[in-house]
Amino acid sequence: MSITYKRIDAEDIEFLKSVCDPERVMTGEAIHEDYSHDELASIHRYPDVVVEVESREEVAEIMKYAWKKCIPVTPRGQGTGLVGAAVPVKGGILLSLVRMNKILELDEDNLTLTVEPGVLLMEISKYVESHDLFYPPDPAEKSATIGGNINTNAGGMRAVKYGVTRDFIRGLEVVLPNGEIVEMGGKIVKDSSGYSLKNLIIGSEGTLGIVTAATLRLLPLPRIAISLLIPFLTLESAIGTVPKIIKSKNIPTAIEYMERRVILNAEDYLGKKFPDASSDAYLLLTFDGNTREEVEKQYEKVAQICLDAGALDVFISDTPERQDSIWSARGAFLEAIKASTTEMDECDVVVPRKNVATFIRYTRQIEKELDIRIASFGHAGDGNLHVYLLKDEMDDETYRKKLTAAFDRLYKKGKELGGHVSGEHGIGYAKREYLRKTTGDTYMQLLRNIKTAFDAKNILNPEKICD
Amino acid sequence: MNILVCIKQVPGTTEVDLDEKTGVLKRDGIDSKMNPYDLYAIETALKIRETQGGKIKVLSMGPPQAAQVIREAYMMGVDEGALLTDPKFAGADVLATAYTLSQGIRKMGDFDLLLCGKMTTDGDTAQVGPEIAEFLQIPHVSNVRKILSMDEKAITVEMDMPETVEIQEVLFPCLITVEKDIYTPRLPSFKLKLKTQTKEIPHITLQDLEDQDIYHYGLNGSPTQVLKIFPPPKKEVSEVWTGTGEELARRLAEKLKELKFIRE
Repeated sequence: MSITYKRIDAEDIEFLKSVCDPERVMTGEAIHEDYSHDELASIHRYPDVVVEVESREEVAEIMKYAWKKCIPVTPRGQGTGLVGAAVPVKGGILLSLVRMNKILELDEDNLTLTVEPGVLLMEISKYVESHDLFYPPDPAEKSATIGGNINTNAGGMRAVKYGVTRDFIRGLEVVLPNGEIVEMGGKIVKDSSGYSLKNLIIGSEGTLGIVTAATLRLLPLPRIAISLLIPFLTLESAIGTVPKIIKSKNIPTAIEYMERRVILNAEDYLGKKFPDASSDAYLLLTFDGNTREEVEKQYEKVAQICLDAGALDVFISDTPERQDSIWSARGAFLEAIKASTTEMDECDVVVPRKNVATFIRYTRQIEKELDIRIASFGHAGDGNLHVYLLKDEMDDETYRKKLTAAFDRLYKKGKELGGHVSGEHGIGYAKREYLRKTTGDTYMQLLRNIKTAFDAKNILNPEKICD
Repeated sequence: MNILVCIKQVPGTTEVDLDEKTGVLKRDGIDSKMNPYDLYAIETALKIRETQGGKIKVLSMGPPQAAQVIREAYMMGVDEGALLTDPKFAGADVLATAYTLSQGIRKMGDFDLLLCGKMTTDGDTAQVGPEIAEFLQIPHVSNVRKILSMDEKAITVEMDMPETVEIQEVLFPCLITVEKDIYTPRLPSFKLKLKTQTKEIPHITLQDLEDQDIYHYGLNGSPTQVLKIFPPPKKEVSEVWTGTGEELARRLAEKLKELKFIRE
């Protein structure tokens, strides 16, 4: 959509300062560098003004104004995204929602938690677990906001058993691009009342509306979680075992794979030793339940399957200290890989789980053919892989060339194998071309029509997903 | 090198309720685990065996269900274990516990090196290790955070003192208690679980010990009388600082240095 946006001027700033406390409206030098990029930092653009909103009324007032004046607005949480979705590529207003960080209501009768969008994932788990309740989605980035998680439909490490963010959102309060406030869904379990707008907002990367409150679905907290760290001689044999585990019908909450070189990066990064780093490849499984006996029964079958499939051993992590020694490293993989190189970009492809091994094998081939270091880890159990292409000592031009060549081939292969461009990080700004290439015109036009239905003026987070 | 490691079963969580009247921990229905510091002691033993060869035994004292931690030690690669268990050992304070363990150790054979975790997470005294050494009349070093070297005669270690680090060389036989993070403990192995699940765990009772005087054991042998146990008040100290970014950054850096999170 080509559209002429109004440039921010002194009058606009005055307006914003009349809506919010002037201290929460920042321009020019006062705008922190962080606001010009997200976690991967390869796309840069400063907004003209940053507004740190504190209420849905402020959001609504600002959107009404921006709608009238045709000013682009980009919503942002903690900026932990990886595809540039929160980068204000058209300038304008950057709406930071991190101050909207209150837990509004725990409803133990309906097993729901209602929160503002800026509450951090780690705060949610800590809060609900203190009430013996459980919010299962478990992305590695615990300092992300729930608003960001909803907007990318974040998946995380328990998706195999429990599903993704979408499966745990009961209701949303959304400010539309024109400033109107709409409730979608609610504390209800079933809902066949027309199109599910709630589900359009989930995963919309801030392009359709701004989430100002969310009602999350909770489960009773499983009392026991035990992980198995399983060393294999090769990544092939590790990943080749996953379909056998799935077939065994003992469903772990998590099936992660990891390679020794990534574990070593994490050891360097954290200054802490991993409990075992003597093998080239590992699977990491978690089982949960309410009694130790129940969980042991589940994992023993799977442990035997792994040994039969060539695992060198099966290590058991059954205490908080042991869990921490493994999962703190797993949670730091992305940061650790990042710290091991000069620059990197990622491919968050998702393929049917039986094709994971084929895809990983293909990344190895690309690594050799294009002579670029590729690190990967991911959710072997749900087919979502995180493949990182690392710049190391390459010059900019060589890196760009190799990156483009590698991405073209990786996404093409992903599609061939029945996969999609993004499993959980989204399309944002960076992956639009690959979405277009892998879905086709009709699909893209439907996406654009949806965008227009919400935002005919295209002021909300322009240049993202299908724009 | 013959090594013996003392281990203990403790409650699986730090949030254990106390019976306010009797001062006794409510252990029923609570998952238990090996004292986390003992995992570091076992790992230290396994690391030493890798280079020096020899045998590792573990000894635990507790009710029959405490055999679970010995099973776990087998799953980590320990060669042998035994459980000191007798109703007459019940109610032992720090001194009686250390004495009982020292008697049990004598029963188990001759050792070059005795290893203990720095302390337990349920008792928190850090006294049992050193007291065992005193009863056995061998030298000991507490709070060992690093092993610098060893030969047939002696071991050289770094001892973590509150303000300083002391390097000590100590002759075998000796006892050391180890700090958290001396080595990252390995995880229990499922393969070893299968291999050792029928392996025997011998019990050592009062009548197996050299000293069988019941007044030296359990409640009878405990000079400490517990009047009352209560959880300490939870301290949550928070400070709010104001100032410019630069002032605050400097202040934060100073504070982190003071708390020893960072060095100059």
